[in-house]
Amino acid sequence: MAVEVKVTSVLQKITGAKVVHGEGSTVSELLNDLDARYPGFRSQIMQDGNLHRFVNIYLNDEDIRYLEQLNTPVKDGDSVSILPALAGG
Amino acid sequence: MPVSVYIPTPFRRLTGNRQHVEADGKNVGEVLAHLESQFPGFRQLVFGNGEEIPAHINIYVNKQEISALDGIATAVKDGDEVAVIPALAGGAGMPEPAPLQPVGALTPEQVNRYSRHIIMPQVGPAGQRKIMESSVLIIGAGGLGSPIAVYLALAGIGRIGIVDFDTVDISNLQRQILHQNEDVGKPKALSAKETIHAYNPDVEVVTYEMPITSENSMEIIRPWDYVINGADNFAARYLVNDTCYFLKKPLIDGSILLFDGQVTVYLPDQGCYRCLYPAPPPPGMVPSCAEAGVLGALCGTVGTIQATEVLKLILGVGDSLHGRLLLYDALAMEVRQVRIRKDPNCVLCGEHPTVTELIDYDAWCGGAFGHTNEEEQKAADAARAARERAVSAMNA
Repeated sequence: MAVEVKVTSVLQKITGAKVVHGEGSTVSELLNDLDARYPGFRSQIMQDGNLHRFVNIYLNDEDIRYLEQLNTPVKDGDSVSILPALAGG
Repeated sequence: MPVSVYIPTPFRRLTGNRQHVEADGKNVGEVLAHLESQFPGFRQLVFGNGEEIPAHINIYVNKQEISALDGIATAVKDGDEVAVIPALAGGAGMPEPAPLQPVGALTPEQVNRYSRHIIMPQVGPAGQRKIMESSVLIIGAGGLGSPIAVYLALAGIGRIGIVDFDTVDISNLQRQILHQNEDVGKPKALSAKETIHAYNPDVEVVTYEMPITSENSMEIIRPWDYVINGADNFAARYLVNDTCYFLKKPLIDGSILLFDGQVTVYLPDQGCYRCLYPAPPPPGMVPSCAEAGVLGALCGTVGTIQATEVLKLILGVGDSLHGRLLLYDALAMEVRQVRIRKDPNCVLCGEHPTVTELIDYDAWCGGAFGHTNEEEQKAADAARAARERAVSAMNA
């Protein structure tokens, strides 16, 4: 089950690419899978099993906070975006 | 061990951006003289052209103001802290713009100047008058603030406010179109005002050459119709968001880094920045533009979107970005949107708010405006190292 994951420039330093693919049936499993492929990935966006509050994850453009958070189911062909806050101006 | 002196932000251009410096002296007068010898021009900033400390400058020795002690003869000893604090907020120096007057018939010159607006059905003379009767406050005259201010000036916004306490640095010129080569060293708010007037003398410009803080943000923001965020740190973003919420001001928010930008519109009581990002990152976790860099042209794209959004709100046309977060990826040249909802659990605008007044944003974001002095120093060092690398590469 390949899920497309898009990351912003800051996270691209770890993934080496803007779009990567991962496996998992929930967002949580997907993140674990990505962490195995790109060590250090999870620590950039999570702490103590929770998403950092300045990081949002969108499943097909809907914030997972309003779905089932990290337990949100994902399936083949879904697109997940990981968006940390930016402050630059 | 000499005396430690706290240098206020507007004076730090003399001290290499340092917030604390050391000086010798047996009293305040001697300390000021030693500061002048270390940082020529310091005396002028404190005293102006006079011999006495002016009313708008307070000097504290160990937190006591010297006029309650012995004035500049106040004795100091090793290890004391002397603080120089200009009275910026709430007293002398705080602009108080009066309400804008309605615009009557446009003059022939205005009809000509704004003809490309007026001939559009969505604008017309009535729409152009609405633009000219609006006031917009821009937080920051930097990467985002620059294109915002320029396009709003060209559009004929009645009054533009600029909040920026910094001076123009050569590293700004890579992206900040309000400022040009000859403006290096000038206060950014002043440079902004000059550029706006060079484009359109009809625009009234109000400058706030001061940091926006919990002590002054309500007073600064209150007289304005719209607020546009071009701040460069998290503490200022949360401060502006909270103030706009309490004052019921529409806020057009934008942020950038590297090749990415995010833009949205917050309307009163319809969600806020904290709904999107409930808490700031710990200091150092999300780099600033000084640390990670930003494509100069990206500022133009994102800032211009912000200017477009405020014009749409003024004219009452089109679909606002309210409720949507626009994501701009310049590398892929891809624009996407995600949905933003008003969070019923939001601590500011939700059903059971716990933030009912402005807080200490410095402390909450971990350090002065999201950057500790050490981090500011690291960022400045990183910028200098990057410059040196560029120069070596050029000379290789």
